Amino acid sequence: MESIGVLMACPMNPYLEQELDKRFTLHRFWKVPEKSTFLTTHCNSIRAVVGNASSGADAQMIEALPKLEIVASFSVGLDKIDLAKCKEKGIRVTNTPDVLTEDVADLAIGLMLAVLRKLCESDRYVRSGKWKKGSYMLTTKFTGKRVGIIGLGRIGMAIAKRAEAFSCPISYHSRTEKTETKYKYYPSVVELAANCDILVVACSLTEETRHIVNRKVIDALGAKGVLINIGRGPHVDEPELVSALVERRIGGAGLDVFEHEPEVPEELFGLDNVVLLPHVGSGTVETRKAMADLVLGNLEAHFMNKPLLTPVV
Amino acid sequence: MAAEDQSQASQSDLPYVLILKPPASFLLFGDHFFDSPNFQYLKAYESPLPLPHFLHTHAQSIQALLSSGGAPVTADTIRLLPRLGLVVTTSQGLNHIDLSECRRRGIAVAGAGTIFSADCADSVVGLLIDVLRKVSASNRYVKQGLWSSQGTYPLGYKLGGKRVGIVGLGSIGTEVAKRLEAFGCSISYNSRSKKPLVPYTFYPNVVELAANCDALIVCCALTDETHHLISKEVLSALGKDGVIINIARGPIIDEKELVRCLVKGEIRGAGLDVFEHEPDVPVELFALDNVVMSPHSAVFTRESFDDLCKLVVGNLEAFFSNEPLLTPVALDDLPHFSGRKD
Repeated sequence: MESIGVLMACPMNPYLEQELDKRFTLHRFWKVPEKSTFLTTHCNSIRAVVGNASSGADAQMIEALPKLEIVASFSVGLDKIDLAKCKEKGIRVTNTPDVLTEDVADLAIGLMLAVLRKLCESDRYVRSGKWKKGSYMLTTKFTGKRVGIIGLGRIGMAIAKRAEAFSCPISYHSRTEKTETKYKYYPSVVELAANCDILVVACSLTEETRHIVNRKVIDALGAKGVLINIGRGPHVDEPELVSALVERRIGGAGLDVFEHEPEVPEELFGLDNVVLLPHVGSGTVETRKAMADLVLGNLEAHFMNKPLLTPVV
Repeated sequence: MAAEDQSQASQSDLPYVLILKPPASFLLFGDHFFDSPNFQYLKAYESPLPLPHFLHTHAQSIQALLSSGGAPVTADTIRLLPRLGLVVTTSQGLNHIDLSECRRRGIAVAGAGTIFSADCADSVVGLLIDVLRKVSASNRYVKQGLWSSQGTYPLGYKLGGKRVGIVGLGSIGTEVAKRLEAFGCSISYNSRSKKPLVPYTFYPNVVELAANCDALIVCCALTDETHHLISKEVLSALGKDGVIINIARGPIIDEKELVRCLVKGEIRGAGLDVFEHEPDVPVELFALDNVVMSPHSAVFTRESFDDLCKLVVGNLEAFFSNEPLLTPVALDDLPHFSGRKD
């Protein structure tokens, strides 16, 4: 399969890159100085694109690659891929569901604990030598707090299962009510926010869910409420969130994703009730390898005319 | 002295509760935090008299003592209080109280019961996720603006499926197990004795437990037997992919050895709420990104302090009205506590 051209959108995983290099003719898009010239030159040999959460295949890219057969994303989120265009042109799309569900859910809980119990700030307190002068302040108990989940898919359910072990009452908002679960359903995100202590974004990013956490939702969450975002940056109206945090109109936030990664609003850097992570939801050695193997497995299956492992389109 | 006499005269029928040193709650909330209309406090730390002299002066009035982790209740202190009938502690740990002397004298002890178990267990899980997933380290990285200038942060390690070994399966250890099971961890433990109704794997000693787990969680009491229980041998058995979390007492771990292992990369990381010589922390740890520390604050939530207030006052009021204590400590099956301050 060495003659098959695969375009990798951006650096994402050394092992994946290495394996793609071995099996295909790998083009590293980020190393190309003149991108449009490159696409014109290689458009007839590129049959696959490997993307991720930051860079996928938009309409322009798809139009520029007439021989494109498959887009394999190193992510479960598909917001960087023009799915409609792929469907229209018969281009297959795969992602990496299930293998990263646990890591993302673990991190959501880790963020809840870090924000409520001020773990990062406590660590900073000890490292600064201030402990010799006195105890740190009281923080907020996590056990028993009401957790509201936006999006009860694989990741949302995994978060619910973990939070239940801490005796947290679970409620959620979803496109449709999930009658098979025992969790409390709210027909709107505002109502969900008004009735929980910790609101976590766990749905996929689509046109409908962009800015699903807006000023109204932030107001409903309130001065004691905490927002956790392990979805996508654009789920949250970031300027509204920043001013709510700076003005102490909400109680805190744990954010793994941002509207313009890797740019993070600097106003948040000095806030002790905010934890900021560099989009590491699936960022473990074990899971990234599993995701890479899934991308490789999907590509191999496609080019050997076998059923795709995790097709979306 | 005169003011003290005056207030004593106005509340002369209220029984006295001795406090040797102000507990943490006094420092955070003021010294009326544990007040009750049914008894009054005698604060030894407010007197200019040396302690033995102070105790001798008030010996006949003191029936109860409110203790905290930083104020040990030694046999010597107890012997100066002939009318002492109850020691109430604000801490989860009991290692600062000479329980054998209390048993000998027929003095009841009231502890924290299980009010702190949830917060302690939450701290364990928070520290474990933080160490494995580099939460504090990458939060630092982002807040220094390094994500945009230096790129992605190194990968962490998955919690799901990891083998968790709990040292001490009491109330806190049980709450830890319940939480970590929901993350897909398998649970094993070591305790003074095997617990028959528990579904977790028992290991008869801590070295074997450490050799068979990826995360070792210290949840046991500090006693003469558990001092430096986590030794060089245990840390070596835990190995370079192993993580240790301690929210119990600093002296349970051989701290010098732990620091050496962490500096040399012989274990993967550590989450530590307690240290051998608090508030002094080995400076070598400050340079390590795979160590997460907290200032002995596993129970320091508003909710726990509210619960503590109700419990302490409730125990003292029960004692003075001859009713059963809310959280009596069983003194008949004691490991050896020499009452040494931790």
